[in-house]
Amino acid sequence: MASQNHSHEETGHTHGSLKSYIIGFVLSIVLTIIPLVAVMNDMFNKSTTIVIILVTAVLQFLVQLLFFMHIREEDKPRYNSISLIFAILLLLTIVIGSIWIMTYNQVAV
Amino acid sequence: MSQANAHSHDHGHHDQESLKQFGFWLFMITDVILFATLFATFVVLRGNTASGPIGAELIEMNGIIVSTFILLTSSFTSGLALLSMNKGDKKGLILWLAVSALLGLSFIYLEVNEFIHLVHEGANIGTSAYWSAFFTLVGTHGLHVSIGIVWMTAIIFQIARRGITPVTKRKVNIISLYWHFLDAVWIFVFSIVYLMEVM
Repeated sequence: MASQNHSHEETGHTHGSLKSYIIGFVLSIVLTIIPLVAVMNDMFNKSTTIVIILVTAVLQFLVQLLFFMHIREEDKPRYNSISLIFAILLLLTIVIGSIWIMTYNQVAV
Repeated sequence: MSQANAHSHDHGHHDQESLKQFGFWLFMITDVILFATLFATFVVLRGNTASGPIGAELIEMNGIIVSTFILLTSSFTSGLALLSMNKGDKKGLILWLAVSALLGLSFIYLEVNEFIHLVHEGANIGTSAYWSAFFTLVGTHGLHVSIGIVWMTAIIFQIARRGITPVTKRKVNIISLYWHFLDAVWIFVFSIVYLMEVM
């Protein structure tokens, strides 16, 4: 039994618990409702609303990673987490780079 | 001696299963790049509506809000499937996978209805740069969800036939990763395409 448990953990599959899934689910619902209420009721000015939308989206992304995808529980070496960080780096480069270039693009105007 | 052999064989098998899971993470990098380019395109072109209809006029938020919560719940139920699997509960695993797939199906149903509505209102993929970027981004996500539904259904049949084995376990782990990933992409579609458009 003990050795079975041991080999079980070696698969690198992480388990989580019902509790962590429920916490993650509740958090993601709350983080969806916050920007929704802010937008539908026009509660804040434009730039504040954009900040609220982006911050809650990023937080919700983290909730998915931590509570659903269990990124924190990965065994070393953390190849999966490293590939995730690489993906985020590429994502930010592509999105922010495109916005940056096109904002100051005088040819297209 | 034979025990040592059995152990090393066992170990090799596990290594391969987790290697396959790592391979899936590499696939997700490429998918992140795909969505990054589509998001970048949408954000850059969102002002170019060619004097045609704009998103804020045509988008109906009620349907979008419903489908957002459907996908969120689906991500949660695929996690419950994983928990059932780890307990060795085959029935629970199949049940929660089926629930996730059905929620995914209702998400796609709502999305197709939304697209039909938009086209009827005069916004198709060729109307303007804005709508091209919109349909490509939202449609690519929808296509991913559709593929996920077919994939999940296939895994349900395989589990029904073969039970919970190391191989089917790995497959369920990967489909649930994929499902959470699609939910994460949708969060940004919902925020950037819909919420920022109607605010």
